[in-house]
Amino acid sequence: MHELSIAVNLVDVAVREATEAGSEQVSKVRLRIGALSGVVRDALEFSFDIAAGGTIVEGAALEIEELPVVIHCPQCDADRELPDVFRFRCPVCGTPSADIRQGKELEITSLEIQ
Amino acid sequence: MSARILEVRHGILKKNDELARGLRARFREAGVFVVNLVSGPGAGKTALLEKTLSALGKDHAVAALVGDLATENDATRLARSGAPIRQISTGTTCHLEAQMIGDALAGWDLDALDFLFIENVGNLVCPASYDLGEDLRAVLFSVTEGEDKPLKYPTIFNSADVAVLTKIDIAGAVDFDRALAVHNIHEVRPGLPILDSSARAEPGLDAWLAFLKTKRAEAFPATTPA
Repeated sequence: MHELSIAVNLVDVAVREATEAGSEQVSKVRLRIGALSGVVRDALEFSFDIAAGGTIVEGAALEIEELPVVIHCPQCDADRELPDVFRFRCPVCGTPSADIRQGKELEITSLEIQ
Repeated sequence: MSARILEVRHGILKKNDELARGLRARFREAGVFVVNLVSGPGAGKTALLEKTLSALGKDHAVAALVGDLATENDATRLARSGAPIRQISTGTTCHLEAQMIGDALAGWDLDALDFLFIENVGNLVCPASYDLGEDLRAVLFSVTEGEDKPLKYPTIFNSADVAVLTKIDIAGAVDFDRALAVHNIHEVRPGLPILDSSARAEPGLDAWLAFLKTKRAEAFPATTPA
């Protein structure tokens, strides 16, 4: 489980960004995590509270947007969303594709600060 | 005081990614080709690396960094090859990070090396998220692990540049279905090159060693003798 290490990085970024913006309290952290980011949502939520303790992020809500994998299908010449991460084939025509257009994200998108 | 929204757009692992980018530039400048070996515990990373260092070491300058939670057993084993080895003891951390690689390289003359191998901590989950500045990420998959391993750990297979099937000499004894394993790897990562290997018997490491030399030649076309 590396989510605690991810959560520590996440809190570091949030503290720095909020402090630079002149804030002393973060009330919400919004994230985007792709299905291929290697991060488990539950474990991250659990770790976040631990990592945030004693910082200006303590008590902040964590709002996670989960992004599915999108591949580009060379046959259809179109981007296609995959229902899971076990089958990298176009869901329309069945052509295999490793051309990933979305799904590796692991990023903070915004903070709600006081 | 009222709340306000601060747009951030910041990768959570940006610090690691930036350090990895710096390492990649250093490796490129020094002409060293870097391979990150990842697998579950017991897939045979150390055995493969031991033989790889001995074989490649005949014609190339090779070295390795070895990550483990604890013990220096692997480093001791690998040092028998005569190649320079450094152990990275991660303590409770389940993966290597770019910072640890940078620290472990202190004092090493990278210019003198052709290949640097990084043996990651045995773990098929966490190492997937951390770029170490490598040129090539090889995921090892032993015939004793079950053909559906790629479906259980799609992220690491997806992030790899090559899959190496290890212990292929005992495939028959454990009823390993190679075609099914290949199918499963390609379901999660279409087109991933797959190489058979054995650190103890035929077919040996020929395909793997040839692959490494080809990839290095592609990365450094000017510096590799014809």
